[in-house]
Amino acid sequence: MNGQSSKVIRIGCGAGFSGDRIEPAVDLARHGSLNYLVFECLAERTIALAQKSKLQNGELGYDPLLVERMRAVLPACVASGVKIVSNMGAANPLAAARRTAEVARSLGISGLTIAAVEGDDITALVRSMDTLPTQNALQVSLMPERPPGAPFSLPAAETIISANAYLGCIPIRDALRLGADIVLTGRVADPSLFVGPLMHEFGWAENDWARLGQATLIGHLLECAGQLTGGYFADPGVKDVDGLARLGFPLAEVRADATAVLTKLPDTGGLVSVATCKEQLLYEVQDPGAYITPDVVADFSGVTFQQVSADRVEVGGAFGRERPETLKVSIGYHDGFIGEGQISYAGSGAVERGRLALQVVAERLHLTGVALRESRYDLIGLNAICGDLPGVPVPPEIRIRVVGRTHTLEEALRIGREVESLYTNGPAGGGGATRSATEVVAITSTLVSRERITPCITLETV
Amino acid sequence: MKLRELAHSRTGDKGDHSNVSVIVYRLEDYPLIEKHLTMERIRAHLRGRVRGEVTRYCLPTLGAINFVLHDALTGGVTRSLALDPHGKCISGLLLDLELPVEAPGSTVP
Repeated sequence: MNGQSSKVIRIGCGAGFSGDRIEPAVDLARHGSLNYLVFECLAERTIALAQKSKLQNGELGYDPLLVERMRAVLPACVASGVKIVSNMGAANPLAAARRTAEVARSLGISGLTIAAVEGDDITALVRSMDTLPTQNALQVSLMPERPPGAPFSLPAAETIISANAYLGCIPIRDALRLGADIVLTGRVADPSLFVGPLMHEFGWAENDWARLGQATLIGHLLECAGQLTGGYFADPGVKDVDGLARLGFPLAEVRADATAVLTKLPDTGGLVSVATCKEQLLYEVQDPGAYITPDVVADFSGVTFQQVSADRVEVGGAFGRERPETLKVSIGYHDGFIGEGQISYAGSGAVERGRLALQVVAERLHLTGVALRESRYDLIGLNAICGDLPGVPVPPEIRIRVVGRTHTLEEALRIGREVESLYTNGPAGGGGATRSATEVVAITSTLVSRERITPCITLETV
Repeated sequence: MKLRELAHSRTGDKGDHSNVSVIVYRLEDYPLIEKHLTMERIRAHLRGRVRGEVTRYCLPTLGAINFVLHDALTGGVTRSLALDPHGKCISGLLLDLELPVEAPGSTVP
């Protein structure tokens, strides 16, 4: 009768971005007594880059570290019955599932069901449209960069690389219902990677807004991995954190009412405190009273944290309201090229020589007809981050940075070359020149009606 | 006294907007930061970084304020030319804000 009410699900986060450390996830898989290990590896732009690699090779387009991560964690996950949920499918969840099956086979593992969740890729649909729906008040809080009622103009069809709708927790829950041990998705709202397994385990209804709001809070707190356990927190002498080089990643012990204890493994570095939790609560949040995901509009304004013992924090107090009728869509598109060059100056007069160097490069780019759509001339150490502020002390060394947006790669390359040529043509004592030129894949976002998106699940067995 | 003595902060980004939290170490200091950290004060202190509107969300039970700096990221992380396109360094800048009060334990002349 109260099996469900005393049930606790242990869910950990094994990566907070695609390049994250791997050993903390292995530690969680081995020693965390976990039910689920979630890897959040898909930044805004990553899926557009993955789409480009899929276009070159139909068997690619998943996370570049997929094989390395799976190889590291699969033995422990299989041995301990830990299920894996991840957006490492990126632009090609099917290929990711097949590749994961190969990794399992190569490790001598069998009896696994791997689910690929698709349906987020709406590139063809978006290319065929001129505008997407006009925004209403709710949508504006999701996408506040445009005024209410303004139609959204898409980038030109020929520049669009990818368009992906943010799926929610439901297809992940459904994949788990079908018996998946590993669920690989493309674009899914980050907290939904955690909400899906919790919904599956506790049997919450799709309109149980209060619990979904609370589960979204847990997912939001966990999704950046080390940022909850003392990573991105240390400020020596003010906020000290021990053991950042062996930071433990977080896990939550979640109850059926969607309250939880947040913690990390003992004997790992870092800390879980009310302060680390509060910093992560507001990370990448705009209105704490309306955190919008495909699953729910979560309300974090009444959240409470309580330190129950060392590295254990009780969390509760989130609520939720009905989910939005629209889904956010990220559109990746070609946006020209960026060229950059840097060189340093030191000692007395370094700032003046740096300023002269910037003037020389600007004049050279003008004289040689490099068309800059946009540019910046920074003095790193003085104004590159803060902007120009009065009364700043003169630094003993300065690094100039010239960066510009161009239409062609050739022009982007010219920027770095002009900085490099300061070695023999510029002010005295310049050193350590570097240059780069990259193609820009930019991201813009809009909304699409939920009815246009149909998630689909494919199972692969080993 | 610098804000850093009473509070900590983290910056996040969403599209072209930056959000900066300010969280007091001791809940009893919250009214002080709510009083002094007005949108105008934030705009003045971060004048090198703020281009658009500033919105303030107050969370007294958490002892926190969340500031949203609109259009602050020169097009957002995927296309900005800035050295710190995420605007992640803004939290450090904000904590240098001078509060018109004496540090705890300091003697008033």
